[in-house]
Amino acid sequence: MPASTVNTKAAPRPAARRGPPLAWVGWVFLILLALVTVIYIGSKAWSNPILFLQNFLDGLKLGFVYALIALGYTMVYGIVKLINFAHGDVFMVGAFTSFYAVSRFNLHQWPLALFPGINPGLSIVIGSLTVVLLSMGVCVILAVTIERVAYKPLRDAPRIAALITAIGVSFFLEFFGALPFVFSGRFIPYKSPFPTTAWYIQDGIHPIVSGTASPDNTISFSNIFLIIAAASILVQILLQFIVKRTKVGIAMRAASYDKSTARLMGINVDQIISFTFAIGAAFAGLGGVLYAVAYSSIWTQLGILPGLKAFVAAVLGGIGSIPGAFVGALIMGQAESLTMSYISTPMRDAVAFTILIIVLLVKPTGLFGEPAQEKA
Amino acid sequence: MLRVENLHVFYGAIHALQGVSFHVEKGEIVTLIGANGAGKSTTLRTLSGILRPRDGSIALNGQELTTMPAEKIVKLGMSHVPEGRRIFAPLTVKENIMMGAYTRSDPAEIQTTLARAYKSFPRLKERESQYGGTLSGGEQQMLAMARALMSQPSLLLLDEPSMGLSPILVEEIFKIIVEINKQGTTILLVEQNAQMALSISNRAYVLETGSIVLSGDAKEIASNPDVKKAYLGI
Repeated sequence: MPASTVNTKAAPRPAARRGPPLAWVGWVFLILLALVTVIYIGSKAWSNPILFLQNFLDGLKLGFVYALIALGYTMVYGIVKLINFAHGDVFMVGAFTSFYAVSRFNLHQWPLALFPGINPGLSIVIGSLTVVLLSMGVCVILAVTIERVAYKPLRDAPRIAALITAIGVSFFLEFFGALPFVFSGRFIPYKSPFPTTAWYIQDGIHPIVSGTASPDNTISFSNIFLIIAAASILVQILLQFIVKRTKVGIAMRAASYDKSTARLMGINVDQIISFTFAIGAAFAGLGGVLYAVAYSSIWTQLGILPGLKAFVAAVLGGIGSIPGAFVGALIMGQAESLTMSYISTPMRDAVAFTILIIVLLVKPTGLFGEPAQEKA
Repeated sequence: MLRVENLHVFYGAIHALQGVSFHVEKGEIVTLIGANGAGKSTTLRTLSGILRPRDGSIALNGQELTTMPAEKIVKLGMSHVPEGRRIFAPLTVKENIMMGAYTRSDPAEIQTTLARAYKSFPRLKERESQYGGTLSGGEQQMLAMARALMSQPSLLLLDEPSMGLSPILVEEIFKIIVEINKQGTTILLVEQNAQMALSISNRAYVLETGSIVLSGDAKEIASNPDVKKAYLGI
């Protein structure tokens, strides 16, 4: 980093230049952009801190959902060096699974239907958990099938072949899902398995009566926000535990470093790869349900933008790094929320890809990434 | 215990092994010597299932290995220390060692083997929580061997254990190899350092451009004038 900043002042000497060519252009651009953004948003935040805090909370909500998706991108990349572009669509299938389970089959009410005497609150909790687990399960089966059918035969092919296949699978899921007898291509109002409640903060925490707005100049949040935050953090901790402490997790790291030596240890690398896809898909399925609950409308292309933004988050954090994906996702959530509020709503998606371009230009390995090492 | 017959292996169009046959008996140390590119590592990689032969057979205690996936071969009691150690650099020393026990499930037995590995390689115990990639070459070789022994193999394949090590370390590594053999593990060794390898082996095979050109008692091979000239530099 210091070398590149020096380069922006002194005439760059080709021999001393490190990093990608023209990195200093990115640095100048980045520094100017960061300065302008910080001053602009800082002044806005200063003049209305309550609104800023509200935006921050909204950004956290987005960021926590992106984190659930980004983990799948980064883990799969870590082990098979593939950007699984179908991951966002697995997320979409998770949302639709929960939609059908709730609106067609009333799965969220099964405890009450089977045991009429049960406490309704407990019934909602158990019912909703069942819906979430079902969606996660469907996503796991889908992702493992995709891996077996589409990616595994290409494992020894050039990487670009698998990448193009991933894009193909992504389109397949989106447009197969859009068929009238599958999910249909329309926007569908989502029916949440559990009721949403919201609160506002003003000299204490007060519930918001549904159908009314929160008072001006207060911060509000909902139970969905709390659930998303808790789920995302728990998943992060669980994943750290799996990867650091369990045999299969250590085998995942071993296989992502050196597959043929991992096989010499007796590690079934195919199984480990399937397991990696399965974990990523389970988290995406969880994210899909929570996203649908939070934003209350679903359609077959709902996975594209969150998927791409989670991908940018994974690159920003350093693709292959699990904590990196989490931090990257939180940054992406903030960038999007602050852009929506202080710059303009349509810019929210442009900002994500601006970040991608800047990261690739300035620090392609991301915040937590290690320099790429080519192995024989 | 190991019987290899008429093994043919190709890299694309290159005929790397052209009908290699040899055998290893229980309790022996057997060495394959040969120049760079003669096919020594290819032979070991085919034995452990990383490469597939086009023709020929490999039998471990009568069981055919040529169609078996690498990860199952480990369970049959054959363990391979690959050329260049191939330590998992981002894993700690202990995690590396534990990966060697991946196919085993009884935690108590694994702990016993781990304690024995630390006894044979005390330096690894000191470095237990260090990352594998931070070890020196000699320590990495010890780690690779400790890792391979964690599956309690009856046959250990060692590919160039002396590569890149100082003479003192080479001595130490070879002492450990003899020690492992004394404790009941049969060893198939591939070495560029032919003199050292022949001095600890029972029998040896000389591999030249994919075929075995000479075989016999290690002492005989070491005194063969052609071998002396070509591989021992005498």
